[in-house]
Order: sequence, then structure tokens, then C-alpha cells
Amino acid sequence: MSSIGTGYDLSASQFSPDGRVFQVEYAQKAVENSGTVIGLRGKDGVVFAVEKIITSKLFEQSTNKRIFTVDRHVGLAVAGLIADARALAETARTEASNYRADYSAPIPVRHLADRLGMYLHAYTLYSFVRPFGCSVMMAAYGEDGPELFMADPSGVHFGYYGCSIGKARQSAKTEIEKLKTSELTCAELIKEAAKIIYVIHDEVKDKEFELELSWVGEHTGGRHQLVPKDVHEAAERYAKAALEEDSDSDEAM
Amino acid sequence: MRFTTSTMDLMPLQASQPFDPSKYRYTGPNVQPRQLPNTRSQAPITTGTSVIGLQFDGGVMIAADKLGSYGSLARYQNIGRLMRVNDHVILGCTGDYADFQFLRDIIDQKMIDEECLDDGIVTRAPALHCWLTRVLYNRRSRFDPLWTTFVVGGLDDDGKPFLGFVDKLGTAYTAPQIVSGMGGHLATPLLREKMDGQPPLSEAAARELLIRCMTVCYYRDCRAFSKFQIATLKAGSIKIEDDLEVKGDWEVAHFSKEHA
Amino acid sequence: MFRNQYDNDVTVWSPQGRLHQVEYAMEAVKQGAATVGLKCRTHAVLVALKRASSELSAHQKKIMPIDGHVGVSIAGLTADARILSRWMRTECLNAQYAHDRPLPVSRLISDLGNKMQVCTQRDGSRPYGVGLLVAGYDESGPHIYQTCPSANYFDCKAMAIGARSQSARTYLEKHLAEFPDCTWQEIVTHALLALRDTLPNDMDLTTKNCTVAVVGKGMEFTIHEDEEVAPFLAKLEGIQRRGGHGAAPAAEPAPLRDEPAPEEREPRPDSPQTMEH
Repeated sequence: MSSIGTGYDLSASQFSPDGRVFQVEYAQKAVENSGTVIGLRGKDGVVFAVEKIITSKLFEQSTNKRIFTVDRHVGLAVAGLIADARALAETARTEASNYRADYSAPIPVRHLADRLGMYLHAYTLYSFVRPFGCSVMMAAYGEDGPELFMADPSGVHFGYYGCSIGKARQSAKTEIEKLKTSELTCAELIKEAAKIIYVIHDEVKDKEFELELSWVGEHTGGRHQLVPKDVHEAAERYAKAALEEDSDSDEAM
Repeated sequence: MRFTTSTMDLMPLQASQPFDPSKYRYTGPNVQPRQLPNTRSQAPITTGTSVIGLQFDGGVMIAADKLGSYGSLARYQNIGRLMRVNDHVILGCTGDYADFQFLRDIIDQKMIDEECLDDGIVTRAPALHCWLTRVLYNRRSRFDPLWTTFVVGGLDDDGKPFLGFVDKLGTAYTAPQIVSGMGGHLATPLLREKMDGQPPLSEAAARELLIRCMTVCYYRDCRAFSKFQIATLKAGSIKIEDDLEVKGDWEVAHFSKEHA
Repeated sequence: MFRNQYDNDVTVWSPQGRLHQVEYAMEAVKQGAATVGLKCRTHAVLVALKRASSELSAHQKKIMPIDGHVGVSIAGLTADARILSRWMRTECLNAQYAHDRPLPVSRLISDLGNKMQVCTQRDGSRPYGVGLLVAGYDESGPHIYQTCPSANYFDCKAMAIGARSQSARTYLEKHLAEFPDCTWQEIVTHALLALRDTLPNDMDLTTKNCTVAVVGKGMEFTIHEDEEVAPFLAKLEGIQRRGGHGAAPAAEPAPLRDEPAPEEREPRPDSPQTMEH
């Protein structure tokens, strides 16, 4: 961190002399320490891939899933403090439930992104709470086609064609920019997403990781789901093969 | 805006106000409870008549006609009173249709919440039946009943057919054949005659019996209707047939011009 | 662990993106006596080391039943554990009453996580200073869950928490592949062996200082104390102690997220206990 906010960084309700709210920036740091998550919006759907770092052999494979479903049609992928992320997922589910009770319709994902963004923002305004230490990506496929949004601890949220959060987000962003995501289908994107995760994964620092993959699109009827086992295995094979090719080739990086 | 209520509650209004620890306790999920109406239901408005359910070998079958009566007016002639709750439970509802729609939305949301968890654990018929009983009994105890009677069908945790009844008082029981509404008087004896002490019916025999009961109800229940639905649940499949019609035999009406 | 200006309130993030108050709460778990949880295909087992505050007092109870199908073993602030247990018991009771079936353990734990998260984010209260090992059995089989003051929880094949529990975890990792096929009695033996590894060389497991609890298919959550533990301890006779533990361990800092913040301390590859995701 180049600048220190000493004296002005102990509460979210205080600005520093250069106009920054350091507590929010520190919360964003917490997200940067987490495993990478990428979201890719394609022609007919959206795909999530998560680098879930396994810190103990004693854990079950299913522990600490980072991808959630909100209502039936929205996928939520998170990076950062998982306890905060779970609380946020619960809030998202409540929002979707209230929307359904009011309008008899599933919540449009851009509306949910707005609500979650503003909720995150509310926690950056006062000294008696702290900002959430997690970023969330939301995706759905509906009348407006595929949509992908990301909200970070400051509450800022945008729509994306491709998005990455977590420790290797810069490298992931570079990889994503190489793809023309809007021209690819989910079936193609899921393999590319898996490959990107394998490419950016740091073998030295975090040995074990599990790849979580999910999608929502025309082929799932607009329902968000974790990808079927055979698709998952095929994507991992593709990723590992691509990695082999890269390491075998003589190109200088 | 709903989301600010929790943080705004905690904001200290003045430094001099005493600290109130009770404000900081966990109060439950951040959901506003739906305000229940203060007027008490004393009479249903748009109503559905009988729902007939029976068990057969390997599943359950429930039938209900498609009429919403507005008193004695046969007002809404194409409403579904059967509901697929999830892959494991079906139900039918007699009584006030608005109360049915209200509970249907709540049950739907319950199922969405469960799907989101995606933990392999599903709500089966006995669990939903128990939950409905608690809800209906609770409302009755507050003198504000949901004027409905439910027939809940599915397979229990051991895979055996399950059929349960819950009414607006919260009276609940399970039986191999359940009929709610007027048909309780008309169809129950017919079902029991064919089922008591007999081996379980085959699906085809059950369907035939059900249609016969629907026919009898159509002849004798003033609030019944000829169009009806049948929902069938077996291990691994649910089917709702929507466009069935009672074929009446109006031979006796030879004195009437239409049927001459 | 050094003091700094960011560690007074749970509402303050440190410049590295850490919550020091939560990490300190996790220290409380490490002060508690060790407890081990294990499962096989049909049963889940908890064993715990009880401490007595003096020779005149009884040993502190470590394992609490929650419902017929679930129970917890605690490490850390006992008073906080009682509050959480009471809440869990109410949840289980309400779910049983409403649905006529036991509350699935995974759902209980995820609600517990959300409840614990609230007090890690606002002024006026502190994080719960207790770690739980939850053993349960429901329609999806046996479960062992670990919960932390950070409000994070883990679904485990086996786990140990509390003072000197690293030795127990090492034992568990070594024998992990054997557990699914064991009977519940064999699992208890493994758990006690793991627990024994956390003791200093001059101490041993006795009927006074350890508790055993089992839950599983056809078996309600059953706690065995005092004399009832003797038959389980008898099975340990003859099995050599593995090294054992000498001096007290150095304090282990406890980061909250996936892995240690790289900048300010050396990497700790073998302390999964301290990691948060």
C-alpha cells in the first residue's frame, strides 16, 4: 500500500485529507486476499469459475462453496470473507423473496445488483458498523439476454462482459481480454473459464484448490446451476491440457 | 427503504442516551413479516368444492374440479385447485380460493428457498403436511382462519404412499383415502367400499375409481363442475392431467328438449 | 501477535484487510482444552478433554447435546457456548415441531454462521469466543462441522480444535483414509488416540478428564462420561503413544481469509486450523 491513512483510517465515517475513505479500501484489501473468481458473459448465458483454495485435508470437498443461487435464476459468486459473503447471500435471497411477494415475478438481476450495491454501500457510511469484506458477482439469463454484474465492498456496481475478483484478478483480467466473450456460447466459455483459473492459480503459494463452475443460460432454461459432473470434468481436462501445452511451448512469457 | 432499517435502528441518536444492549441482539433474518389483516375471515368468498385423494400401489392420486364458485354462482370455470409443490409432493385445496393462492405463494417461496440450498434434502409430504397443520392451527387459534382444507399427497421417507388431510381448524389426519368438502359425504363411502381390506389398487383401477367418484360428485354436489384435473405422483414422476371432463349420463332427462 | 491501533473494535479493518478483534476471538478457542471430531459412514463421534479449574472442582463439561440427532463439543468461552447451544436447541425444536422431522444439520449450521456473523460487523457486541465441533446425523448421513468465532464454518471429514490440537490433526490426516470403513467403536478409538496426542508426556487420558459422544444411524446423540468412558480407554492400552507434546506451543496468529496475508508473516503451510476462507 503506497499511502497510509494514519489517523484518518479508523472509521468508515471519516474521510482522509485527500478525500479517501480508508476503511473501505482496507475492506477491498480483504477481497484481494481471497481466491480468484471470474464471471464471463457470453452469447447465450453467463459462466462462473471459482478458485476455491483448500487449506486442510480434513475438510469435506463440499465445504465453503463460493457460488450461491438466489431465487432460481440468479447466480451469486463471492470473493473475500466468506462469513460476510454468506450473510450477503442471505440478504440477496430475502430481497428476491420480497420482490416475488410484491410483484409475483422473479427479481430482475439488475434490480438485485442495485439493491445489493446499495446495501453494501450503507455499511460504508457509519462508524458503528464496518464495510463488508467481500465482492459479489451476480448473473442471470432472461428477457434481456445474459447479464453479469459485480458489486464491491464500497457498494459500487457495474455490468460486465467479463469480470474477475480476488487475488489474481489482474492476470485473470488479461486472460479474459484475450477472449471475445460475447461471441462464445456457454459450452465454450465454461472451458475457457476453467482454463483461466488453472492458468492464474499460483502453485507455489496455494497448493490445493478446487474448481467450482456454474452457469445460467438459455440451455438451462434460465435456471442457475452448478455445471453437471461430466461438463465439469471435461472443462478441467481442457484446462489441464491447455496448461500442459503452454508449459511445453517455447514461447517466452 | 427496507435495507436501512437495521443500521438506522442502531444509530445512536445522542451521545447522552443510555446504551441499550437489547437493540444489538440478533433478532432474526432481516425480513419484514407480512402484516396479517386485522379483519377476521368469517366466510369464504370464492370457493372450491371437493378434492378427492387416494393411495394406490406405488403412489397417490388426487382429483379436483376446476370451478370457483361465488356463492351459488359458478363464476370461474377454469381454475386449478391442484398444486405441484415439488418433485415429491402434490396437494389439492377446498374452500376459499384466495386463501389457497396466499398459501400457494408461501409454499412456492419455501420450495425456492430449499432449491437454493441445494443440499440434497427435500421436503416430503409428511413434513409439508405437518407444517401446514401448524400454520392452519395457528391461524385458527387467533380467530383468523385460512378457510381452506388441504389434501396433501406424496411418498413418505420410506417410499410408501402418504395422504394427509388438514382443515381450517388444524384438524389433521392421514388415511388411504381422503376427501375434502361435500365429496367427503358422497365419495368416501365409495372409496372405502372398494379399498378397505383389499390389496392396494393398481394405478389404472385407482384412476377409474377416482373418475367414478368425480362423476357422483358432479351429479349430487350443487357446487361441482364437469371439468376436472387429476394429479398422479409415483416414485420419480408427477403428472397433472388438466383437461378431463365428467361424461354425464342424462338419459333420465328425456322430458327436456336438449336431451330428448 | 502484536498490538496495533486497528485492534480495538470489530468495526475496524486493518490496512492489510484483516479484522484483528475476530482473530483475537479465535485465540480464545486455542486456549480451550482440545476436542476431536470424526465420522465414519454411519456414525459421528466427538471426544473432548475436560479441565478442572482446581483439584476440588469437577471437570468442566465440554460436550452438550442439542437434539436427538446433533450435539456439540466446545473449545473457548464456555458461557458463549451455552448461548449458542441454547439457540441451536430452540432452532432444532422449532423445526421438529413444524416439520415432524429433525432439522438437517447443514441448515442449522448455516443459520448459526449467519447469526454469528452479525456480531463481527457492528459495535456494541463482540464476536462469540468459542469454537464448536458439531456432530450430527440426518438423512444425508453423519456430519462433523467446525465453527469459528469468525462466523465461518467448515464441513469436515475429521477435525480437532483447542490447545495443542495440531498434533491431533496430524494424526487425523495420517489416518483419514481409514475412517469411512470403520465401525463407530473403531472411530472412537481413533479419536481418543488423536486426543491423546495433544497431551503433554506426563499426562494421560483418564475417565475423569475425557468425554466421548456418539451419534448415528439408529443411535441418538449419547454422551459417555466418567465410568462409561473406561471401556473405550481400555482399547487404547498397548497402542504406543506417538511422540506426544512437550512444551506449550508458540502463539499462532489467525488470519481470517483463505490464506495468510503474504506481506507481514512467513507462510504457514501446515496450520489449516488458523485459516479462514
